[in-house]
Amino acid sequence: MSRLLSRRRVLTTGLTAAAGLTGLGAFHAAGRNGLIPPDHFGLFGVGETLTYAAQRILAGDHSLAREFSRADISKVIPVNGAAPENVDYHRLLADDFRDWRLRVDGLVAQPRSFSLAELKSYPSHTQITHQACEEGWSFIAEWTGVRLSYVLELVGVAPHARYAVFFPFDEFWESIDMADALHPQTFLAYGMNGETMPIDHGAPVRLRVARQLGYKSIKYLSRLTLTDSIEKFGKGLGGANPEWGYSWWAGI
Amino acid sequence: MVRSRGPLVDAATGKPNVMPRHGLVVRITHWLTAIGTFALIVSGIAILLAHPRLYWGETGAVGTDSFIDLPIPFVFGHSGWGRYLHFLAAWVCVASGALYIVGGFATHHFGRHLFPSRHDLAWPNLRRTIADHVRFSVSRQSHDSYNVVQRVSYVIVVFVAGPLVLLSGLAFSPMLASVTPALVGMFGGQQSARTIHFFAAAAVVLFVLVHLTMVSLTGFVARVRAMITGEARDAGAWPRPALSLSQACPRPGLGLTPGGEES
Repeated sequence: MSRLLSRRRVLTTGLTAAAGLTGLGAFHAAGRNGLIPPDHFGLFGVGETLTYAAQRILAGDHSLAREFSRADISKVIPVNGAAPENVDYHRLLADDFRDWRLRVDGLVAQPRSFSLAELKSYPSHTQITHQACEEGWSFIAEWTGVRLSYVLELVGVAPHARYAVFFPFDEFWESIDMADALHPQTFLAYGMNGETMPIDHGAPVRLRVARQLGYKSIKYLSRLTLTDSIEKFGKGLGGANPEWGYSWWAGI
Repeated sequence: MVRSRGPLVDAATGKPNVMPRHGLVVRITHWLTAIGTFALIVSGIAILLAHPRLYWGETGAVGTDSFIDLPIPFVFGHSGWGRYLHFLAAWVCVASGALYIVGGFATHHFGRHLFPSRHDLAWPNLRRTIADHVRFSVSRQSHDSYNVVQRVSYVIVVFVAGPLVLLSGLAFSPMLASVTPALVGMFGGQQSARTIHFFAAAAVVLFVLVHLTMVSLTGFVARVRAMITGEARDAGAWPRPALSLSQACPRPGLGLTPGGEES
């Protein structure tokens, strides 16, 4: 009996130590490979890191969100939130966004501002994709816009850029990693279901991140910046949603 | 034949009888899964409250037809921590489940203890075991082996409900849907997957409730101790004498006597 118990103790201690060391090693390796989310702190951070790393490894940079046909477009598309109360936003809206500019800066070769007309002059793409709200409801819509990767190519991405951080006219700032920023279905969208982007859905330009929950696809864009360290922004959690208790990674 | 409950002490050595019951892997994974499942249920409810409507197909929202409107109110603001906890707990259950499956085959746990035999599944035996459960008179069953109702429910939870909960949950991840669209297709859409996830989880909850009830009825402390230490010490207290609901509240006409009259 005692032999059995001591063998068990040795086995258990050994396994725990091995698991601990493997965990530590894996965490460091994951950090080097950009597999650790900004909100990796505490007990929940362990789950988040596992989920983010697993999905990043499984999906790679190129897996494509399913695309649907026009017949699949939802007839009911609820609106979450309201247009920003921001004075600047309403001044630009009154003038049909003629003076609106998207500022692109940070770790780029040439910081630049883009007008709506400029964005519309670039190669336009359309996707009919599913968007789910973190609450549980969802819809399918057609989005038209320019690929974010196209715009980023124009300004030149620095090799050590790790995140794209987006600032809208409201408080819902967000960030995505470069894998999603350069993904072919990540759009700066100015059209929805064949029409100009409605105000309720983010006019003049919203972000569209096809492989994550809706709250990453922020509306009313104003500026985007590339960075190598998300800690410089807000509380360092990568967005307003993580600061309110919602996970940064929304590939769920 | 009345199944023997075993003597209090071993006749040869005079020491208390210690019956080995649960292997190490089973005990470790049982408690990990128990903690994980409890956390999954709590956080699952927190997430569900943000939108307690279920749909069929790819999409659904307020304003579209629902598959079922759950009779609970919309409560917002809990899905943030709910989702953090849900995924942490899911990882615990996945790790524990994987260890259990590998260990279960390696130690022949499934073959010996879980898969019901052809004999068990024969209708007269099956009928008698089910009748015992319905009458809350399971304590007359042998305790050194799982009976056929236990075996069938464990097999369903381990090999059907558990994997179904996992796969349907993965199917409404937009990132994983981009990796394996077939997973979503298998469930008939992301909202269908969410609905199936709910019902498979409800089946697990039902299992947990019945499991806890049966454990309580047949000696909560002794059973919990057996699942911690792995041994059923003190044969006098374990298996304990039959105290069943049918004994506590005898109903005329059932013809049951405590201890049973199996022959």
